[in-house]
Amino acid sequence: MTAPRTLFEKVWNAHEVCAQSAEHPAILYIDLHLVHEVTSPQAFAQLRQRGIGVRRPERTLATLDHSTPTLPPDAAGKRQYVTEAAEAQVHQLEANCKEFGVTLHGWDSDARGIVHVMGPELGATQPGMTIVCGDSHTATHGAFGGLAFGIGTTEVGHVLATQCLLQSKPKTFAIHVDGHLRPGVSAKDLILHIIGKIGVDGGTGYVLEYRGSAIEALSMEQRMTLCNMSIEAGARAGMVAPDEVTFQWLKGRPLAPSGAAWDRAVDEWKQLVTDPDATYDREVHIDANAVGPTVSYGTHPGMVTALDAALPDATTDDQRRAMKYMNLTPGQAMTGTRVDVVFVGSCTNGRLSDLRDAARVLKGRRVARGVRMLVVPGSEAVRREAEAEGLHQVFLQAGAEWRAPGCSMCIAMNGDIGQPGQLVVSTSNRNFEGRQGKGVRTVLASPATAAASAVAGRVADPTDYQTGVAA
Amino acid sequence: MKPLRQLTSRTAVLADDNIDTDRIIPARFLTTTERTGLGKHAFQDWRYLEDGSPNPDFVLNKPESEGCAILVAGHNFGCGSSREHAPWALLDAGIQAVLSSEIADIFRNNALKNGLLAIVVEAEAHRWLLDHPGVELTIDVAEGFVQSPDGERFGFELDPFARHCLLEGVDPLGFIQQHEDAIERFEQDRQAAA
Ligand code: SF4
Repeated sequence: MTAPRTLFEKVWNAHEVCAQSAEHPAILYIDLHLVHEVTSPQAFAQLRQRGIGVRRPERTLATLDHSTPTLPPDAAGKRQYVTEAAEAQVHQLEANCKEFGVTLHGWDSDARGIVHVMGPELGATQPGMTIVCGDSHTATHGAFGGLAFGIGTTEVGHVLATQCLLQSKPKTFAIHVDGHLRPGVSAKDLILHIIGKIGVDGGTGYVLEYRGSAIEALSMEQRMTLCNMSIEAGARAGMVAPDEVTFQWLKGRPLAPSGAAWDRAVDEWKQLVTDPDATYDREVHIDANAVGPTVSYGTHPGMVTALDAALPDATTDDQRRAMKYMNLTPGQAMTGTRVDVVFVGSCTNGRLSDLRDAARVLKGRRVARGVRMLVVPGSEAVRREAEAEGLHQVFLQAGAEWRAPGCSMCIAMNGDIGQPGQLVVSTSNRNFEGRQGKGVRTVLASPATAAASAVAGRVADPTDYQTGVAA
Repeated sequence: MKPLRQLTSRTAVLADDNIDTDRIIPARFLTTTERTGLGKHAFQDWRYLEDGSPNPDFVLNKPESEGCAILVAGHNFGCGSSREHAPWALLDAGIQAVLSSEIADIFRNNALKNGLLAIVVEAEAHRWLLDHPGVELTIDVAEGFVQSPDGERFGFELDPFARHCLLEGVDPLGFIQQHEDAIERFEQDRQAAA
């Protein structure tokens, strides 16, 4: 009889090419390697230098998302890259994929999208897999019950060359969430609340497993939002055990198994749960009922608050610096803070259900005067589905901009950028100083809170905007 | 990567906690396709004023920081993104070691793979280091200690494999490649099971 194991341990053990020893970390086999233009050029260059190829091109999947313009090409058909360097970076990935035989969902693909939106949509992301990408939000894919984490560019080179990675085994951390999320409270509010609880470094050295009745009740897209931000608590990976919700979401996707292989896969995937007697290195319990609309107020994702609560006194240098940067005062609530820009998008909240949440609030309303709102779908597929439902019309009629898919203002390296001093309510994942442009103040929020804030021109509670307006 | 056994330098102190990778190297500089040349943008928005001139209040701009290769940083240094541009930028700016009471996982991995010593010390030693900017330290990679001028030593932990790679100046890729047989066996076993 084998000892009881956690979900993480099951996936880890199944991928050990060489177990960890006193002298070296484990060699872990990687099932899926996702690649984008920003963190891969130096890795491909290294392969070229050493004269090695990509070992498993069929396990490698690339996209263009970070440096890509979200505005349409100009009249002459030229893409509006922010700089020549951004354009060169995109062309470099196109050339690298061609040279090394890697599938690229580039400009001509109807599947192109933010890497963590596209992978799941294609069915490339599956339960039990090990998935890496030169990108810390690779944690997103753990929503399907795989082990997915971000790596650096040197490691991207290792995986391209060997399909393997040297890894020291992390510890395990169970986040039990029981109860029910209140109406209008989303997975984004929940994860911000969790990071606030365990701290911006609370997960360092651990793999998180989200579990409990409130997690089981989440849709697949909500689980992705949750796992996505595991890294904001310092954890390289977050996982949710696969269940019927997972299987239903995956079934029929282009790269998911089909026919008899599907049935076999589901039988295997059903084993991917933590055994009843397995233990974790650390555990916390969160009451879902106690979570309300939550936003960040400071300059890292651990500085969060309930929307209407008084901001805490700044007791550390870190907090004092953050309050000063954000131009906020202890004792005030976030609601009512003036807003300049609203951004709905990113790998955290750029999926169809997120756009629906925002549209529900915006329908029949208008973005406040002086506020700029950008809505950027996470992928071409999301764009198509949203347009088929007419969501883009809701955004456009409200006075928001409807853009082409990409990372856009989440990382602000493609020209979609805030101005110094502006306050941006953003559905993305990082509120670091300067993340959305030099001197920009970011408030992380759910799509519903972002949309409500766009309408109010001030940070606003979405529960006040849940009922539609008569046309 | 050059072998690195010992490093002696004065320290510069950036005491802020949670210095994230966006602060180390802002995203707008990530469009490069090279590993080099990022040093001039390290800590860009902190290091330069509006008009592009050096911010005299920023530690690394002060005359006494000239030539400092050891950075003592606040808790949880390097949190945020997986961009290896962060250690590349620091190395290119002349920083060869970062000491903190906690260093984010991905940053630490990336740093060590590039020969940037990312070293976690005990809270007490950390406090002492924060309180003594400019002190000359010797970091001994082989023995795993940091020594102050008066001979006091703080130990630190380093994964033995990372230590080996630093001491020999090797990229771990070679180590993985030596296990080609095992990788192939793994792939075959899986194929057979499917
Ligand atoms: S949307 Fe933001 S967090 Fe996600 S992959 Fe793009 S830049 Fe990274």
